[in-house]
Amino acid sequence: MPALDILAAAVLNGLMTGAIYALIAVGLTLVYGVLHIINFAHGAMLSAAMFAAFLCFQIGIDPYLAIAPLAVAFFGAGYGLQRWLIGPASHGDDRNILLVTLGLSIIIENLLLASFRSDTRTIDVPYGFSSLDLGFTFLPLTRLMGFGVACLVAAMFWLILNWTDLGKAIRAVAREKLGATLVGIDVRHIYAVTFGLGAASVAIAACLLLPIFYVNPRVGNAYVLVAFTIVVLGGMGSVAGAFIGGLLIGVVESLSGMYFGESLGQLGIFLIFIVVLMVRPTGLFGARA
Amino acid sequence: MSGTTSTTRRSVLKGGLGLAGAVAMPAYLRAQGAPIKVGVLQPLTGALAFDGAQGKLGAEAAIKIINDRGGIKSLGGAKIEIISGDARSTPEGGVAEVERMASEGAVAVLGGFASPICLAATQAAARYDMAYIVDVGVSDQITKRGLKNTFRFAPGFGMVTQQALDNLVKVNDAAGKAAKTVVLVHEDGLFGSGLAKLMQAELPKRGFEILDTIPHPSPARDMTNIALQIRSKNPDLVIPSSYYGEFVLLSRTMQQQKIKPKGIYSVLNGAASNFRFVKEFPEAAENVMDCNHWYDPRKEAAVALRKAVEASGKFFTYNTMLNYSIALLLADAIERAASGDRAKIIAALESSTFADHIMPYGPTKFVEGQNTGAAAVNTQVQGGDIKVIFPDSFANAKPVFPVPA
Repeated sequence: MPALDILAAAVLNGLMTGAIYALIAVGLTLVYGVLHIINFAHGAMLSAAMFAAFLCFQIGIDPYLAIAPLAVAFFGAGYGLQRWLIGPASHGDDRNILLVTLGLSIIIENLLLASFRSDTRTIDVPYGFSSLDLGFTFLPLTRLMGFGVACLVAAMFWLILNWTDLGKAIRAVAREKLGATLVGIDVRHIYAVTFGLGAASVAIAACLLLPIFYVNPRVGNAYVLVAFTIVVLGGMGSVAGAFIGGLLIGVVESLSGMYFGESLGQLGIFLIFIVVLMVRPTGLFGARA
Repeated sequence: MSGTTSTTRRSVLKGGLGLAGAVAMPAYLRAQGAPIKVGVLQPLTGALAFDGAQGKLGAEAAIKIINDRGGIKSLGGAKIEIISGDARSTPEGGVAEVERMASEGAVAVLGGFASPICLAATQAAARYDMAYIVDVGVSDQITKRGLKNTFRFAPGFGMVTQQALDNLVKVNDAAGKAAKTVVLVHEDGLFGSGLAKLMQAELPKRGFEILDTIPHPSPARDMTNIALQIRSKNPDLVIPSSYYGEFVLLSRTMQQQKIKPKGIYSVLNGAASNFRFVKEFPEAAENVMDCNHWYDPRKEAAVALRKAVEASGKFFTYNTMLNYSIALLLADAIERAASGDRAKIIAALESSTFADHIMPYGPTKFVEGQNTGAAAVNTQVQGGDIKVIFPDSFANAKPVFPVPA
């Protein structure tokens, strides 16, 4: 049984990691909620965004300063991809969208491999080793920053969805596509905006991850599997669910790593996952079908 | 398809079909000085792609030098031609490529990198009586299956660990037995777990107390919990066996958590002998010790190769050094066999005493496929460079231990 201070530190650490999981999951769940597809390219997009942030760092732009421009750029890229590639290529069939995103992930990953080779790279920021002394543990600045920004972005997503016309339109399309079309909502535009928002969330997560993790062409996969789990756990399509689910999974992973050993840290995630699905098949915040 | 048949009609037919007939007919080949085909198998895509590219770089550099010097002289200056194969970071991928190389007329195969790939690929090559020289693959199983075609130039797992332990005792004794307690951190695959098990058995015999053994998965998304556990145990020494990414995360997290053991002593670590780590994290890398494959800094060819590799913007890693050396070793065997015959090349390798490589080994001597002259080297990151601290005969630095607080 680990001492209490280690336990507290592990919970804190889980929250820090979980917030980033949450941010990645929010993007995934948003796309699912509206387009009703699992975006298989989400992981590859995360890798691409991390390389974009890495390139920014190479030319002297701090990853945290790169958040805004990269979020805008990835929003644009996501919008374009959905509007002019995924949408037209799918001909309205969900299975096709699935395959197109799967294909995209392969293309992106291999383009990254071709241009950056398979090296694992890391960046060394001046504040990389600064940490806050909490007495029982040190809280690295980079993780604290990740947590703060992830929370802020999730709150912004929530505000956009609940308090803006765009949010209303997104929710309308998610609920009833035909009805939304009838009241004059441009469904293709909303689809693309949603996909763009998903891409932007990945870009922000990438900027937060780069100072604490490493980057290689397959790095996104390490995060996306867990993000898929969070999306289902929180309730498919629920942004609040994805966020709370992300934090929960972060803490569970950290604690189960502590108790069962790091190798079995994933065990806790899937135990919670199974229990939640048995008790609440729609997920924590999922709407009833 | 047999690669060594001398049935003329069949060979002519093969040649006529544009297949690999040339290599199948040594006599014909000698007369023409036709190229000798050698398979270079590496994981060029997938999880191990970085290592694969580094390995291929070494083999290519050596073969270029051989060809520039006039090829294989006993075969009328025949040039060596590379058949490059991508094992796709899986054993199945490796086997498929060995099959292809055999059908395209390769006389031998070099490389493999990871133990699982080497295990499968050597066996596939054995079906064609094709010599296979393993570059890295440290699993001792590779050379213990009685395959006549399989040679490993570098030391295996058992040899490296034994040496690592002996040198650790030396370093520690020289520092007045500064370290008494150890925490082992290892990746939970074949490599890390095997090493940890060996350490658990051997370290107590050498007077070290193991406080904890912490396994972790690869890839691991976070090392904070491991760092916290290390801090609570407060060991004198941390011995990690992990791949590159995880070790970088661990050392960075330890730095953030202000954990400063008297030393970090790794064995066959992916990062501690990697110039990228040293360049990107000079602070975290400083004073990390490793026991690993390393070149002999006294050899001119080694220094020249390092310069050439670094001038091309790449990192000089141990796979580059080893693949460079095994390509030379194979060329020497072909030269002595004076033949593209696969069996004759195997025989020439068996009796090899090749010493013109860039590793700190003596003359090559294969016993059941393992080069018994091979040895690992202890390195330490000092002042932003990777220095050799053991063996004494060519060390270019003294160990810094315990690390000044």
